[in-house]
Amino acid sequence: MYITETFELPRNASEHVKEELQFLPPSKLNVDRVSKTFATRTGPLKALDEVSLQVAEGEFVCLVGASGCGKSTLLNMIAGLEKPDSGSVTADGLRVTAPGRERLVMFQEAALFPWLDVLGNVIFGLKMKPHLSRRDRKDVARYYLELVGLSRFEKSNIHELSGGMKQRVALARALAPNPRMLLMDEPFAALDALTREQLYGDLQQIWESRRKTIIFVTHNVREAACLGDRVMLFSPHPGRIREEFLIKLPRPRDINSIDLAEYAGRITRSLKGYKNGNGGVAE
Amino acid sequence: MKRVFLVIFFFFGLLLLWELAVRAHLWSPVLLPAPAKVAEYLKSAAADGSLWQAILVTLKRLLLGYVIGLLGGIPLGLLTARFRLLHDTVGTLALGLQTLPSVCWVPLALLWFGQSEAAMLFVVVMGTLWSVIIATDTGVQHVPPIYRRAALTMGSKGFHIWLTVILPAALPFIVSGMKQGWAFAWRSLMAAEIFVTILTGFGLGQLLHYGRELNAMDQVIAIMFVIVAIGLLADKTLFAPIERLLHRRWGTSQA
Ligand SMILES: Nc1ncnc2c1ncn2[C@@H]1O[C@H](COP(=O)(O)OP(=O)(O)O)[C@@H](O)[C@H]1O
Ligand SMILES: [Mg+2]
Repeated sequence: MYITETFELPRNASEHVKEELQFLPPSKLNVDRVSKTFATRTGPLKALDEVSLQVAEGEFVCLVGASGCGKSTLLNMIAGLEKPDSGSVTADGLRVTAPGRERLVMFQEAALFPWLDVLGNVIFGLKMKPHLSRRDRKDVARYYLELVGLSRFEKSNIHELSGGMKQRVALARALAPNPRMLLMDEPFAALDALTREQLYGDLQQIWESRRKTIIFVTHNVREAACLGDRVMLFSPHPGRIREEFLIKLPRPRDINSIDLAEYAGRITRSLKGYKNGNGGVAE
Repeated sequence: MKRVFLVIFFFFGLLLLWELAVRAHLWSPVLLPAPAKVAEYLKSAAADGSLWQAILVTLKRLLLGYVIGLLGGIPLGLLTARFRLLHDTVGTLALGLQTLPSVCWVPLALLWFGQSEAAMLFVVVMGTLWSVIIATDTGVQHVPPIYRRAALTMGSKGFHIWLTVILPAALPFIVSGMKQGWAFAWRSLMAAEIFVTILTGFGLGQLLHYGRELNAMDQVIAIMFVIVAIGLLADKTLFAPIERLLHRRWGTSQA
């Protein structure tokens, strides 16, 4: 599918804009036996213990586990925000040593900038692309705002948006620099069920239309089964990947479908089996 | 509309009370001149230019010193927030000196710079600088780390992050520090002008001082009015718009 079929670019959009909106091949990721220990007041805490993970181009992988089992730590490592003590993270054959906009992160909390309006937030990541003019940046940002259904709110202040709208803006902001991989850390955890369901649909659609590799952290098993091609189960203390589930359901998936509930039940039973677990896991 | 009317009514009432007090001869007219006499002084001082001259001299000292204070204070505040060593040293110094009422700088300024413009400027800068450093430092400490992380992943780094993320995120704190610095600078400048005659220019404080020397109460009261008016004007034109913008963006209560 070509973007111009779905959305109309401004007729006078520059070549730069068209180039910017082109599809980039999604990333391939290789996490090889990474470990991470944090020094805490009660002594060293092994957040990750020899965790390995391979993600194929364009794959949607969910990381599930009780809180505290190192999911965010792993995601931050993939993002380049955190360094592993040992082991390595490689994206498309290159060692990840620093953050880069090929791998953008969408956080759980509102990480939107309150001093900028909605459009300004989406433009922020485009500022680091010097070949784009101001107009080009606006055109690109508006394209993504339309993609998440918020065109009408481009001038709004962040605090005027609902929780769901904020996360849509955050999604648009993460998509705008055209990353090849999206890293999402419990992005919908703070939203109500109805808003969440809507976003599951939208995210699946965007994932299909923009073809990104997505790594999605959640503690919600149903959410993981609804979104992921593959669901990785973590156990805590120390954080390890214990099991993986392939979700072989057609898309788009409905969070309320019976097939999905069946997968969720199996995953939940597995999670409960990890004796080390200390936190509850939502179904 | 009703609000405006009530405000006018309030001040008109005050004026009326004043006039009545004068007519009742509660105090000697030397101590409490009639409103009309004060207005007369203002008119004549405006006509012969001495009032405008004094306002100009005072505002020039104030604005120049204030801008220097900001240009020094904001970068210094960013530095003390960024480097622990600077925070522990310069930051602590700023915290200490901020507690010093800024009028206390006047004697030192006179000894260092003599009765000169430099002394006036120094007092204003000292009034501004420390508040701005501390507010900027505090503001930066309060920036949620997630903003920085988000900016990092979007390819921003180093100086760019400080300019486009940390600084704007700390703005609500910085602006309140700027307001405090302005208030301190304004007060200490007035005190300095009242204490010290600077031959290179007569400011409002000096007019006030000579009003007292000449026992010209109408002049004293009139200049006090002007000083109040300038303070109000500065608040309404300088800070109120910035604060409104911050309130609108951040969604904080419209106080
Ligand atoms: N910067 C840090 N300093 C100390 N401990 C940390 C730090 N970050 C995470 N941890 C600890 O590491 C463990 C894993 O954290 P995290 O990756 O956030 O887990 P999850 O996202 O799965 O809930 C937790 O026990 C947490 O307290
Ligand atoms: Mg987490």
